Amino acid sequence: MAKRSAPEVNAGSMADIAFLLLIFFLVTTTMEKDSGISRKLPPMEESEEDVVIKQKNIFTVLLNGKDQLLVEDELMELKDLRAAAVEFLDNGGGENADGQKCDYCKGKRDTNSSDHPDKAIISLANNRETSYKAYISVQNELVGAYNELRNRRALEIGPQQGFRDMNFIEMQKNYKDVNWPGNRKKLEEVIDQIKKEYPQKLSEVLE
Amino acid sequence: MSKFKKKKGGDLPAVNTASLPDIVFMLLFFFMVATVMREDTLMIENRLPSADQIEKLEKKNLVMYIYVGKPSSSYKAKYGDEARIQLNDKFAQVSEIQAFIAAERASKREEEIPYLTTSLRVDKEANMGIVGDIKQELRKANALKLNYTTTQGDVSNNN
Repeated sequence: MAKRSAPEVNAGSMADIAFLLLIFFLVTTTMEKDSGISRKLPPMEESEEDVVIKQKNIFTVLLNGKDQLLVEDELMELKDLRAAAVEFLDNGGGENADGQKCDYCKGKRDTNSSDHPDKAIISLANNRETSYKAYISVQNELVGAYNELRNRRALEIGPQQGFRDMNFIEMQKNYKDVNWPGNRKKLEEVIDQIKKEYPQKLSEVLE
Repeated sequence: MSKFKKKKGGDLPAVNTASLPDIVFMLLFFFMVATVMREDTLMIENRLPSADQIEKLEKKNLVMYIYVGKPSSSYKAKYGDEARIQLNDKFAQVSEIQAFIAAERASKREEEIPYLTTSLRVDKEANMGIVGDIKQELRKANALKLNYTTTQGDVSNNN
């Protein structure tokens, strides 16, 4: 008897099966978005000693239960907050704790505003009734103010260290990127220096 | 005569669909690889606010998620209309956060614990009261690294 060849399997419905699976995965896929504003909470143990901070070194931002913004006792729109914060941080009207003047500040050097970025503190107070979206908007603007100053500083001192056309955000991104070809150690020094020159000092109060 | 019979009637040749399964399979594999199965089933409304000064959260396995928002419509009758906390797959009280953090820490290797970050996924309509309470609990649990998870976008989208 001649060997009979096996009948061919009909693959016509393969596409249908594949479609079915495809649609299942299309529906279940959630492109995860995991990014946000990173913050560090202060540790629990509170130092008992009272630190005396001059009023002019504190930038008070108050967000009330109706999401109204009160900055330094004046009503303000959210869009003006970033510029106001930059002006306050970058004022450089006096000296820091070591008695040094802020030679990189480009502010007005108003003696009634902050002495030095090192001393300038932003105090953010919010109410229990404040909505989360308003709080995030304010946080975003304040972080934006710091980033603006740090970016500016990065473009100033970066080229001296061989990091041309790189702002602070890009510096941090490159530092984290394992494939970045540049001098990692030097970059870390620059990042640390900028962080030290414009430290993020943000205190939060929940009323 | 018949030699020149015009080919009318518009009999379009059938499109060859032999490669259709290949194309579909390609798409299928893409989505299979890109899919991240949701770990938690959300029982709350969770529309995140938008911000533009954001950093990416790295090392997904070292992130603890705390969800806050109004119970979604199917749970409204039972849990009310006020924003609530969801940990893992169930609603929780503020007081349960410390236990949650401890459990998450116990499930990680010891050397990874300092890098654990808490991701706060809070609905934009929630009040700061509950967020403040959570932050206070996190401080008590000494879980100080915090990320307010947001979507990328301008803050003006928040209203």
